[in-house]
Amino acid sequence: MQTLLFLILFPILAACLLLFVKRTTLRYAVVTLSALFIGGASIYLLIRYAFGDAVYFAAPSEGASMAMVAIEMVLALFIIYMGAKFRNYLAIVLAVVQAALVVYLEISFPGSLHAVNNLFVDQLSIIMALIIGIIGSLIAVYAVRYMETYHHHHPEVRNRQGMFFFVIFAFLAAMFGLVFSNNLMWVFFFWEVTTISSFMLIGYSETEEATKNAFRALVMNLLGGVAFVVALIFLAATEPTSGGIDLARVLASGDAAVILIPAVLIGFAGITKAALMPFSSWLLGAMVAPTPVSALLHSSTMVKAGVYILVRFAPVFAGTFAGFSVGLVGGVTFVVASAIAISQSDAKSVLAYSTIANLGLIAACAGVGTYMLVWAAILLIIFHAVAKSLLFLGTGAIEHRIGSRNIEDMEGLIVRMPKMAVMMFIGIAGMFLAPFGMLISKWAAIEAFVQVPFGLIFIAILAYGSAVTVFFWAKWMGKLVAVTRNVERVEKGFLEEPWAPLYIITGLVIAAVFLFPVISSTLIEPYVLAIYGATARLAQANVGIMLLMMALLLVLPVSFFLFRRTAKHLPVYMGGRPATPDLHFAGSLGLTREVQTRNYYLTEYFGEAKLFRPGAVVCTVLILASWILAGVAL
Amino acid sequence: MNGLIGAVLFLILAPIAGGLIAGIDRKITARMQGRVGPPLLQPFYDVGKLFEKENVVVTTAQNFYVLAYLVFIALSGALFFAGGDLLLIIFAFTLAHVFLVLGAYAVHSPYSHIGAERELIQVMAYEPMIILAAVGLYMVGGSFYVADIAAATVPAILYLPGVFLGFAVILTIKLRKSPFDISTSHHAHQEIVKGITTEFSGSTLGQVEIAHWYENIFLLGFVYLFFSWNPVIGVAAVAVTYVAEIFVDNVTARVRWQAALKSGWLAAAVLGLVNLAILSYMTIGGA
Repeated sequence: MQTLLFLILFPILAACLLLFVKRTTLRYAVVTLSALFIGGASIYLLIRYAFGDAVYFAAPSEGASMAMVAIEMVLALFIIYMGAKFRNYLAIVLAVVQAALVVYLEISFPGSLHAVNNLFVDQLSIIMALIIGIIGSLIAVYAVRYMETYHHHHPEVRNRQGMFFFVIFAFLAAMFGLVFSNNLMWVFFFWEVTTISSFMLIGYSETEEATKNAFRALVMNLLGGVAFVVALIFLAATEPTSGGIDLARVLASGDAAVILIPAVLIGFAGITKAALMPFSSWLLGAMVAPTPVSALLHSSTMVKAGVYILVRFAPVFAGTFAGFSVGLVGGVTFVVASAIAISQSDAKSVLAYSTIANLGLIAACAGVGTYMLVWAAILLIIFHAVAKSLLFLGTGAIEHRIGSRNIEDMEGLIVRMPKMAVMMFIGIAGMFLAPFGMLISKWAAIEAFVQVPFGLIFIAILAYGSAVTVFFWAKWMGKLVAVTRNVERVEKGFLEEPWAPLYIITGLVIAAVFLFPVISSTLIEPYVLAIYGATARLAQANVGIMLLMMALLLVLPVSFFLFRRTAKHLPVYMGGRPATPDLHFAGSLGLTREVQTRNYYLTEYFGEAKLFRPGAVVCTVLILASWILAGVAL
Repeated sequence: MNGLIGAVLFLILAPIAGGLIAGIDRKITARMQGRVGPPLLQPFYDVGKLFEKENVVVTTAQNFYVLAYLVFIALSGALFFAGGDLLLIIFAFTLAHVFLVLGAYAVHSPYSHIGAERELIQVMAYEPMIILAAVGLYMVGGSFYVADIAAATVPAILYLPGVFLGFAVILTIKLRKSPFDISTSHHAHQEIVKGITTEFSGSTLGQVEIAHWYENIFLLGFVYLFFSWNPVIGVAAVAVTYVAEIFVDNVTARVRWQAALKSGWLAAAVLGLVNLAILSYMTIGGA
């Protein structure tokens, strides 16, 4: 239990310390040391608890719960203050409603608000803790130098780095708390802390746009928060059959119909947090924040809390129409967001849509909730966290050097920033190509959906979704690998971000492929087995083939040495006109003209304006349907 | 063990068979156009000559991507004939094509750039249908393994007529035949320079050609799976399908990419999905 408490409390300690650190070097030292402690502790957690059953801890209850309610009230006041300051009355209303509901819950059901065990750890918690502890803290380390450069580039932004790092570490603490809590009141508390943290981080630059987007994130997540409290009230009111606010008891409850309603409500909170449609706009708006924030929100925190809770409740959803409906929200989000990604040229925007799409896929797996799908969902969470954090951090580093994050401007990155380009290449490959992780998960999902009644609709979603995924990633990759001539190498620059986090995460993307059989057998399979009594795994032969493919991919670059010898280099074909290697050709009247290449964005078919609204409407209907279906089941 | 033999046989024999089929293809095409046509072994002479050409590149990296394309095409075909998992084979196949596309991007040339974009549109157009075809074969045969599907005793084609037709549509894309030869074509008369292969020459172009032979044999093997309950009918069906593709190739003109994309996706939705929906309804009803 000490490890759990350490992981929750130590980041808070580090956060408070960082509030007062002014010098970058000192901040760097503190952040790096804290990251080492947090990462180390999460690995210790793995060694200590991975090989047994779930372990529950009573943990101090009364005082902690009281403190949490008090903090919740302070946070509500804070939202009201901010809402009044920026005239966002919707945020105030939601904060008031939520606070009122919490008070009502505390007063009306004092007897039903106790969990026997407040903390627990099982394999799913360990997986989440590793993602938070390793990826999250690497992002924090990267952020120190990044923020220094950021302020150099943006002198107009008020330097609030003390607050910034305070929130980052508080965020990590809240995430740890969320995945270790067995008491749903505690889960809710940490849930709200992540909402506020993201609000603070998105609004960091204090521009009008940032503030607006921060409030949008806040409002949407508060909406989910309200649904969460309503679920808690429902659980408390039906304590004898539903199990009250004790997560383990709720999941073990025999009365499937009673717990389906809170599951769908908490699932709705998960949908808002995971930025599924129609709530995707908050995550897209979050791009205004400094890049490490995006990396954190997209990979290891925030949205992962949303899908974590959906995966937790997957056994409740399994086999119900309400769950199927929740799954469809994810499925539709997957295919629509993937399609919109085609039309985006801003790197962060492509990454954001891809995140939304993948979260949708995870939600689709969790909503349908068979054991094979839960296995696939957890794999997706792991691989997505690793690859996506790499891509965001890489995009941030590129933006600081080439002054743009437009994919068109990344043309020829392999010449200008070879190391960075290779890392981005691996990150992108990790998102959609065999034998990397995301593809393994999609594959597993297809095999699993085939065996589900009406699973065909998900198969169709996956088939089309995968097709568009290939398109938007491959054309980005193409831009990176174009060998342009007469351009400068800009890999080095003043005020460099440390590259170590990038190197480590790149290594993790590749290692995940080799380690995936081990990850599956020691962590995912025992978890799925404990809950469903059956588990999925990939056939040995297929694992062997995947490893063979990975080995081939690692060996193939050696072939570069074979080509060096005799090849004669010529400029490209330009309709037979005399051409130079840097894409200039002799035009008419003795003029030299330049050719440029641009990717296809197919806006007419896949534009945001065309697809976002229909997707949002369909998902809204599906969410309402899930509520009705859960109500009918009761 | 059988699997290993299948894979080795594929790796050795597929280029020979693929080249021969290409020769027959050219002969039939010529006859359809009222020409005599080249000798049967002309494709081998052509590729042989390519390997004797001077080694000319725009950038060294292009060789790497094309080699990777060849290796992964061969690997996916070998996995297929080893009786492996159909979905994994499809993903390896996609990986191979991404390498070809990256090779075309790497040379940074306007013509191959257009070819690369169009090749990606093609991948996007055929991918849904090929996945649905695999799922259809699973629903009939109860396994994603090619070995199990090929050993099935029920005629898959009777359960999957729509899926088969849909697959025939995307087969046109994959065989680089009109009307869907939008990224590169065998016919000079409807080519924007040489599309995706514009900047590849000599042995590199030869590798692209050999990869195409491997690919064609793999695709014809896929066609065979629909008829595998009876080998004679299976081989005949493969032959008829291929001749039909040649016929379509010669009576149609290249369409725009929009039409290619819509055709691939509509085929998947109308022919593939509807067929599978009826099939799953029948299986649920029967159980």
